[in-house]
Amino acid sequence: MSDAALALKNVGKAFGNLEIIRGVSLDIARGERHAIIGPNGAGKTTLFNLISGRFRISSGEILLNDVRIDGLPPHKINRMGLSRSFQITSIFHRLSVFENLRCALLWSMGYRYSFWTPLWLQRELTARTDAMLEDLNLTPRRDTAAGLLSYADQRALEIGMTIAGGASVILLDEPTAGMSNSETDNAVALIRRVSKGKTLLMVEHDMKVVFDLADVITVLVYGQVIASGPPHIVRANPAVQEAYLGALDAA
Amino acid sequence: MEIVLVSLFNGLVYGMLLFMLASGLTLIFSMMGVLNFAHASIYMIGAYLAFTVSRFVGFFPALIIAPLLCALIGAAIEVWGLRRVHHNGHIAELLFTFGLVFIVQRSVQMIWGMLPMAYRVPPSLDFSLFTIYGANFPAYRGFMLLVSVGMLVATWLLLKKTRIGLVIQAALTHPQMASALGHNVPRVFTIVFAGGCLLAGLAGVIGGNYQTTEPGMAESMGPIVFVVVVFGGLGSLAGCFVASILMGLIMTFAVVINTSMLDLLRPLGITVTGDNLFTEILTVPVARIGALLPFAMMIIILSFRPRGLMGTRDT
Repeated sequence: MSDAALALKNVGKAFGNLEIIRGVSLDIARGERHAIIGPNGAGKTTLFNLISGRFRISSGEILLNDVRIDGLPPHKINRMGLSRSFQITSIFHRLSVFENLRCALLWSMGYRYSFWTPLWLQRELTARTDAMLEDLNLTPRRDTAAGLLSYADQRALEIGMTIAGGASVILLDEPTAGMSNSETDNAVALIRRVSKGKTLLMVEHDMKVVFDLADVITVLVYGQVIASGPPHIVRANPAVQEAYLGALDAA
Repeated sequence: MEIVLVSLFNGLVYGMLLFMLASGLTLIFSMMGVLNFAHASIYMIGAYLAFTVSRFVGFFPALIIAPLLCALIGAAIEVWGLRRVHHNGHIAELLFTFGLVFIVQRSVQMIWGMLPMAYRVPPSLDFSLFTIYGANFPAYRGFMLLVSVGMLVATWLLLKKTRIGLVIQAALTHPQMASALGHNVPRVFTIVFAGGCLLAGLAGVIGGNYQTTEPGMAESMGPIVFVVVVFGGLGSLAGCFVASILMGLIMTFAVVINTSMLDLLRPLGITVTGDNLFTEILTVPVARIGALLPFAMMIIILSFRPRGLMGTRDT
């Protein structure tokens, strides 16, 4: 077994004639916190959709713990230990906070599609859901409909749902987008806490969050990796400064 | 007075029958995002299958077998039909179900013929349950009410209290998130579609001998079910329930009311005479425009509240 939890080998994706991802190769080591940055339209979210199985790749290979996952449907990839969040908050609005988390735990606890066993008899499931609620500081909101939570709480819930299934590789798509400074600080603390011992890959626009959390940064521009490495090296890379960070340093 | 009580019962029976059809249609709508035109066709298939099956094994086994067969047909339609056209967008799905209506209708005519079937209420239920003010209440209507209430409770428990229900609710609103959480969303969709067809089939079994089992029954039921779903609000089961009962009552009461607009105006001292179009319209009794009422109500609700009674999205 190599030490890469997730490996992309020359991955390409074209929609018609339009090449969105052009030969991306990446190794994400086990336990690493890896951030992908890049200007709008660089293909960051597309890359996530390829890894999580929402879109099929046009060329190349994707390996999760040395097993090929490209071509598998999303739910199978999830069951193999890769979980993702979405850029647009995708919690189940009409269900309560508790039910949202329970839904995320169902599969990993091996419950599959049982029709007849009523939910209220599953004490272990309830106990684990309540433990997760406590961990996310959402216990006071246990029975609130998720759609009524504050935006920051909704994002926290989504992060919770993403990690609840016990996946070893976590993909977060702009987890702090649209948050105030203090909310962002809380979210960063939460991500740091829940991603302990897991491999984390995230897309993020907030440079403060990126440099705060990431062990390795990859810069994606027009579907190609132009730099990848520890934060201080990426920051010093002239090509990166020109393509992306230039505006930030000038500000 | 007896007319009011009898109509109330009949309206409830008809409303629950509508709900059995409309609830499946609403669930399938939440999932596909388009209305399934062929839903009433499954209702018709349910009635015909019940007729044929009950000739061999009797009514009560048919009550279980026919809906199950409808569920299988539904699953086949979803897996081999809808799932394939799904990639081509909503219009393709809509046209697919639209075409299905004609295929089902022609097939039914080819297999069973054009004439109404002799599908009758089973003798064991063919008696009068009670008599109010000299009017008989057939036991079979009580039985219909019992079956539909039982189905309502079972569906509610399944959706709210079991694991599969939780996953269905999740997959209906955010299929991508549900599949990212490890749930097999295509499988869930097949189950929902088959479940909706099961309910429609059951409605066909108990409605086929209440009304008539003939090749036009899908055509006459389909529009009413659409009205109910739109009126109650697309995607809302609670709204669908209220609309079904309301529509059942309205349609039952309308046929027994012999008053016209003019009769309502008379106590106010207004009388209209003469032989013109205006008088003609005012003197039409409600009973004669009963069949129009659901559609008139749909137009009214669409103009003032496009979401329907409890809907979550615009029609």
